[in-house]
Amino acid sequence: MIKGMKTLGLKRKILEVKDLHVHFYTYAGVVKAISGVSFEIYEGETFCLVGETGCGKSVTSRAITKLIESPGKIVKGQVLFYRDGSPIDLLKLSDEELRRIRGREIAYIFQDPTAALDPLYSVGYQIAETMVAHNTATWKEAFRRAVDILKSVLIPDPEKRVKNYPHELSGGMKQRVVIGISLSNKPKLLIADEPTTAVDVTIQAQILDLLRKLRQEEKMTLLLITHNMGVVAEMCDRVAVMYAGKIVEIGTVHQIFKNPQHPYTKGLLKAVPNPLIKIEKLESIPGTVPNLIFPPSGCRFHPRCPRKLDICDKKEPPLIEVEEGHKVACWLYVK
Amino acid sequence: MGSSIASKETYEKKILDRFSDKLVDSITNLIDKVKPGWSERNKSKIDEWKLMFYAFNRSPPGIIGAILIISFILIGLFGPYVAPYSYREFLYIEYPDTYLVPPGSTVTITNKRGDIVKVFNFPLGTDKYGRDLLSLILYGARVSLIVSLIVILLGVPVGILLGLVAGYFGGKVDEVIMRITDIFLAFPALILAIAFASVLPERIRPIIIQSGILKQVFSVFFAADVRDAANFAPILSVILAIILVWWPPYTRIIRGSVLSAKENLYVEAAKALGVSTWKILFKHILPNIISPVLVLITLDIGSVILMEASLSFLGLGAQDPMVDWGKIVYDGAQYFPDRWWLVIFPGLATFLAVLGWNLIGDTLRDVLDPRTRRSIEFKVKRGKAEEK
Repeated sequence: MIKGMKTLGLKRKILEVKDLHVHFYTYAGVVKAISGVSFEIYEGETFCLVGETGCGKSVTSRAITKLIESPGKIVKGQVLFYRDGSPIDLLKLSDEELRRIRGREIAYIFQDPTAALDPLYSVGYQIAETMVAHNTATWKEAFRRAVDILKSVLIPDPEKRVKNYPHELSGGMKQRVVIGISLSNKPKLLIADEPTTAVDVTIQAQILDLLRKLRQEEKMTLLLITHNMGVVAEMCDRVAVMYAGKIVEIGTVHQIFKNPQHPYTKGLLKAVPNPLIKIEKLESIPGTVPNLIFPPSGCRFHPRCPRKLDICDKKEPPLIEVEEGHKVACWLYVK
Repeated sequence: MGSSIASKETYEKKILDRFSDKLVDSITNLIDKVKPGWSERNKSKIDEWKLMFYAFNRSPPGIIGAILIISFILIGLFGPYVAPYSYREFLYIEYPDTYLVPPGSTVTITNKRGDIVKVFNFPLGTDKYGRDLLSLILYGARVSLIVSLIVILLGVPVGILLGLVAGYFGGKVDEVIMRITDIFLAFPALILAIAFASVLPERIRPIIIQSGILKQVFSVFFAADVRDAANFAPILSVILAIILVWWPPYTRIIRGSVLSAKENLYVEAAKALGVSTWKILFKHILPNIISPVLVLITLDIGSVILMEASLSFLGLGAQDPMVDWGKIVYDGAQYFPDRWWLVIFPGLATFLAVLGWNLIGDTLRDVLDPRTRRSIEFKVKRGKAEEK
């Protein structure tokens, strides 16, 4: 049903990031962590941000609700959040207005569940706190609802677990609690920042299943940040590939996997080992992520690019559409 | 038998542990009556409390410290009421025989016909006014207790609040607060207190004397006669002077801890979930960094007692006829060493009270460390398993 609507062009935007720039003012110099990132997320879809460590995925996700701490600063850009069809620029809101949106309409799941829970409070308290912070429930009600929430994230024996402290739970269970906390106010947009990085593979599969199930049940939109191409293939509808603070390619998961255009995307996909073939040597992209204080001129990928052209180190490539909904920033495709 | 090694490793509950268990249980029962179901919800917390007590019971210095400060607090609270004489009973005026009597003496007053009129017992001797030294020390304990409590209750929260704000908000706020803190840290505490004590009492005195309520409140606080209301002013100015130099270290410590604590993911998570800044500060940051401050507070109470005693010794604190430990030593110093009891006994009282707080502080540091508790929990469980 939703897929059909998409092809009919009836999909509605929920979030639109326009020309976002985030800089970190460090002693070594200004780190241009995000330079001109633009993308949109449609209602009900799962949108993925992929890229290597340090390419700016997490900073992008945090910048959406201005969770950038000093010395970081959002220097330019717009984040339009579509609430009942009309856009509001999240970056222009006051702290208090933003606070009301965080955790209520846009919720986060962070990478490390062990660190994301306060060791001093029971998990029930921490779930309830989010509801009370947004006045969606009184403490008493919130504690009762916490049990249901734990049940919905498939924690066994929720009546007992709700009284447990974080150190009494396993890593997988903690991540479920974290998911439960972010779901407690039924947000419209859930931002999951590498939710499976800190847990082992079996738990990973369970957490992803759970996220998928909850997304469908609650009709949420999911922004998933990961460096794991397997997770992308498994979960996402649309993908944006980031490199050194810029989006280099964006498209549906089908387009990206079957028809990757950017040399970086191709390299990333090649680096995923195929379990069915005996591999002599793991593929990798030569070189490392560039220093973002002095980013490479022109296309930021050109020092590592196997198909570098003359123009690549002189001018930045524009993001051009190669097929419907599939855009790539590479001089190879500029006619 | 191999079990002899194992039995050394297990933790056997002794009388103190049973007592502390009962104490915790009765406290939780009490809370349970007010808030039904509380103990069920906080079972883990209650177990932690019990383990804290076990850890405490295993530390002899801690127990000695606890005995010392419990006696100090009890003496401070009830001492003035059980004292055999009031601090205003200048027996010397009527009975010159009570002048500077050594400890343990009994003064018998006879009339002209040789009949015994009165018998006075002075277990710790008397001072130059014929006042009973034991009573004076009991009264002095109250002043020490109240001064240290007021300083800690007013000074520490100020320091903590400023530290929280400076550390969390950073930037210019941090810069301003910390520079002010630096200025106060550079103030010579004693000189500031002396300056205060010479100016402030004149300002405070009329306020206290004119206000009936203030008179009453402070006379209860210091267990002093309302007639001495004019003498409350110097003590209050000493309190104010100590508070003024007492908060900066707390600001420093809290700010440093906040700087590291705010990097915790759960702080960011709370922020991302829309929890308000003040709730994050007081519910997620402060409780996670408070234990070093608790240790510092207990160690500091001792220092406040010492500071107050030294200011009093310099003649800035209690004024005649009011007494505190520093004042008794100050008065007695001119008769030292011949009338040694006037210096030794109040000095000893000060020493024991400060020692008690210091011992408690050191033990608290161990007790509040979760690793100590885990090792004891492990041993207790092993002990239970062996019983079966």
